[in-house]
Amino acid sequence: MRRPSSLWLLLIVVLAASAQAEEKLQKILIADPFIELHTGPGRGYPVFYVIERGQEVTIVKRRTDWFQVRTDRDIEGWVAREQMLATLEPTGAPLDLQEPSRENYLSRRWQAGVMAGDFGGASLISMFGGYAFSDNLSIELTVNHMLGDISNGYSATLGLMHLFVPEWRLSPYFTIGTGVIYIDPKSTLVKASDRTDQIGYVGGGLQFYLTRRFMLRSEYRHNIVFTSRDDNEEVDEWKYLGFAFFF
Amino acid sequence: MEVSRFRLLFLTLLAASVLPGCAMFSRNRDAAPETAASAQPPADDANKSIIEPQVERREIKRPKIEASDFEVGVYGGILSIEDFESNAVYGARLAYNLTEDFFLEASLGRSRAGRTSYENLSGSAEILTDSERDYTYYALSAGWNALPGEVFVGKNRSYNTAFYLVTGIGSTRFGGDDLFTVNAGFGYRILPTDWIAVHFDVRDYIFDTDLLGKKKIVNNLEAHLGLSVYF
Repeated sequence: MRRPSSLWLLLIVVLAASAQAEEKLQKILIADPFIELHTGPGRGYPVFYVIERGQEVTIVKRRTDWFQVRTDRDIEGWVAREQMLATLEPTGAPLDLQEPSRENYLSRRWQAGVMAGDFGGASLISMFGGYAFSDNLSIELTVNHMLGDISNGYSATLGLMHLFVPEWRLSPYFTIGTGVIYIDPKSTLVKASDRTDQIGYVGGGLQFYLTRRFMLRSEYRHNIVFTSRDDNEEVDEWKYLGFAFFF
Repeated sequence: MEVSRFRLLFLTLLAASVLPGCAMFSRNRDAAPETAASAQPPADDANKSIIEPQVERREIKRPKIEASDFEVGVYGGILSIEDFESNAVYGARLAYNLTEDFFLEASLGRSRAGRTSYENLSGSAEILTDSERDYTYYALSAGWNALPGEVFVGKNRSYNTAFYLVTGIGSTRFGGDDLFTVNAGFGYRILPTDWIAVHFDVRDYIFDTDLLGKKKIVNNLEAHLGLSVYF
């Protein structure tokens, strides 16, 4: 019963936070002949109000590519990003939408993502987070969940990732690292026992800058499981597609 | 032999990738003071020859535009576990709206399996232990707001809605086993205000299991009602 109660607490905190955030809001001047206010944050929602050039409005919040604005008569509606780009700040400068772009991609520091693939025949769900020291080099922590017919397992690895050409939209990278793997054979097998081993890997992949703060990734890793038996185990790991974002 | 060669390669590649990074650190450190020193003196001279302005420079601090692309919420409903009756399910979800059309969602749910008809008829034979009847899943999904729209309540009220399709992958822990699970479904969302969403969702969780002897594909259908807040 502990989980639902902590969730409700989280919900209350979030509600309180959103109620408090009403203080400092950005004011803008309309520079286009007019801008259109939609009833919802989507292209299909009807236009119910029009604000003319020279009028001042307040930006309440943003959701995806839509901005909720409030007029001095307290009318609230949603404006598309394309129309917001043509508005001015009170200083007369064009409005800075404060959104991450290609330049931020180059100077990104923290990033995280999810990938899916195949780990030696087992289905693989993988999550990773990383910190970039420079444009090229970053350190990454990866947590894998392997789900196979014969056994299930988890692994956690820490490694270095070197992006060869960070200024390209699509860049190859090289990765190398080590960690631990926990294998839990299915109970239907005889004489099987779960075990924890060290694992090392070397691999490569492709990173593609999608848009705003988003990236796509595809990766291959060659793993060596340092078992306590006479032979080490080699496992191919393919992460077909992953989605990542930086912050 | 094979492994030692691999280790050698491992170390060489490690050195090749780390060393350029280290060089970059030292280069940045050296470069900074140099430019600062060379730029300082001429700027000082120029300032002295001009009358110092009495006006203080206005510092413009832009208020941040608050983005509310995330949703956090809870849900509760009914999960039909194939061969193991239907039971209450509850869970939590975190979603991120990428664009007005697409969103990503992570959800965590819990339920409990009942008894199979075989267990009921035979009277005593138990297929699963008590703890193995706990059913927990997580899912990482992507959604598409296929039919956004509005509903009208009476003459003066309208609420934003969307009918959406969701699919994703995840894992289910049931019967002492973790199972790779694919999910797919649809949902309907209605927003009483800009920052609250009420959901009705139908999901099918599909996985392979040999729990009842023979390997088969299992479809576990879930219907739930949820409440989310945007932040």
